[in-house]
Amino acid sequence: MARAVTTQHKTIATAAAWVVALLIFFPILYTIITSFKSEQEAIQGFNLIPSGTFESYSEVQQQSGYFKFFFNSVLLSVGSTILALIVAIPAAWSMAFSPTKRTKDILMWMLSTKMMPAVAVLFPIYLIFRDSGLLDSRIGLTVMLMLINLPIVVWMLYTYFREIPGEILEAARMDGASLWNEIIYVLTPMAVPGIASTMLLNIILAWNEAFWTIRLTTTNAAPLTAFISSFSSPQGLFWAKLSAASTLAIAPILIMGWFSQKQLVRGLTFGAVK
Amino acid sequence: MATQQTRSLARFMMAPSVILLFVWMIVPLLFTLWFSFQQYNPLNPMRDGFVGFSNYALFYSNPAFLYSILNTLTIVVSVLVITVVGGILLAMLLDQPIWGQGIVRILVISPFFVMPPVAALVWKNMIMHPQYGVFADIARFFGAQPIDWFGQHPLTAVILIVAWQWLPFATLILLTSLQSLDGEQKEAAEMDGAGFLSRFWYLTLPHMSRAITVVILIQTIFLLSIYAEILVTTNGGPGYASTNLPFLVYQKALLEFKIGQASAGGVIAVILANIVAFFAMRAVGKNLDK
Repeated sequence: MARAVTTQHKTIATAAAWVVALLIFFPILYTIITSFKSEQEAIQGFNLIPSGTFESYSEVQQQSGYFKFFFNSVLLSVGSTILALIVAIPAAWSMAFSPTKRTKDILMWMLSTKMMPAVAVLFPIYLIFRDSGLLDSRIGLTVMLMLINLPIVVWMLYTYFREIPGEILEAARMDGASLWNEIIYVLTPMAVPGIASTMLLNIILAWNEAFWTIRLTTTNAAPLTAFISSFSSPQGLFWAKLSAASTLAIAPILIMGWFSQKQLVRGLTFGAVK
Repeated sequence: MATQQTRSLARFMMAPSVILLFVWMIVPLLFTLWFSFQQYNPLNPMRDGFVGFSNYALFYSNPAFLYSILNTLTIVVSVLVITVVGGILLAMLLDQPIWGQGIVRILVISPFFVMPPVAALVWKNMIMHPQYGVFADIARFFGAQPIDWFGQHPLTAVILIVAWQWLPFATLILLTSLQSLDGEQKEAAEMDGAGFLSRFWYLTLPHMSRAITVVILIQTIFLLSIYAEILVTTNGGPGYASTNLPFLVYQKALLEFKIGQASAGGVIAVILANIVAFFAMRAVGKNLDK
């Protein structure tokens, strides 16, 4: 017997949920609104209806070259994710399909590297980067972000791969498929959704990484996190410009994020909550 | 049935990940450990050498150390309480039948995708600014004096910003867990006359316990190393009022060039994280056995 939902109950729940949701979303909404105001408007008190000017956007691009930072963000987040996938797919595959006694320990150990506080190795990494000329280089930072997210990539892929039935692989083996054929023709097509989810979540994580990307870059390789941090010491009227820059920095990843809610839960809880 | 050949291939496939992570973890950590026993100043190379535990003593006796530990723990505990309690309430609300649930979910989860410096700057300038912020507008509307958040309550301000960033994460995970609760069980409890509170206490909460554990553990890992939010809002100040351990280590290393002391602080941060990690690994490990 299904419980009848009264319209009244649903109305109250809907109203409450919308109020809370709008309150939580408000800082983002207000930033987007303010980005379409002029600087004068932006400081004239609370106002939800902008005049609809685009001048802040063009100023942000002209003064600080938004697109260079945007390009770096795309390059770093996508590049580091692809690199991580290349390294992690074989590892996750072998752990999911040929587990040994030590597989669990290795997975645990990988996860533990994620718990090392970045700040503890800040200076050594800084020195290594400086002495090998990697400071403010895109390659250096890509590798860095790859290493930071590698444990999560391995874990996510592992939880996805483990759900692929092993019997199919055995059948392929019986038919005489070699290991590489097995991977390319049997496993890959079944693994593509998991790999895509992993990729999506890790692009988001890399895009928003705000410790190494700020500390190890100055101008050349600086992504949007570093670009935005330069707004922390304001000069004159900058509310509308800050809003425009912020909107530009979060819009791409916000939209990607909306599509990855489910993967987010799974990826960040290491498969413990589905 | 793995053959010898399969097994060695498996090892070969695992090697790049394992070696990379091993090097990435061990090499910098050994450096940090080494520097923590050295006097080393990149600006003054004449005064280098082994100094035993004096860096630890110096870091420990620095009044900022106690502040930073207290602030670190205050941030972690406050944000955990706000996000877990708020997340449970929100998840229960969103689990109700409502119109436009998809959009509501999108609105609620959004702050999680906002990069830390943007979140901090938006709150600092748009919301909490004592003159132009929305909070100030509201205060003036009611004839009250606007609060100077970052001057008078810097730590509270940082906690609010971080809680805003993590509340969506807690809500989403707890909601996912709540939606897997068997509807028939709920109905049975209802028919037996269990009230809302006892249903919550004896049915819903135990069902969510694993998700709550996971939320607490994962958030703790990230909350222990809050950095960008402090950098762009208070810069650790006024004084040390909002300096946490990562921020103090950063100041010592890259602003004061006291590498030895910064490394000693880094080692302390590693020990602190390891204590947390120990419990985290056990909980995640248990889930893996299922």
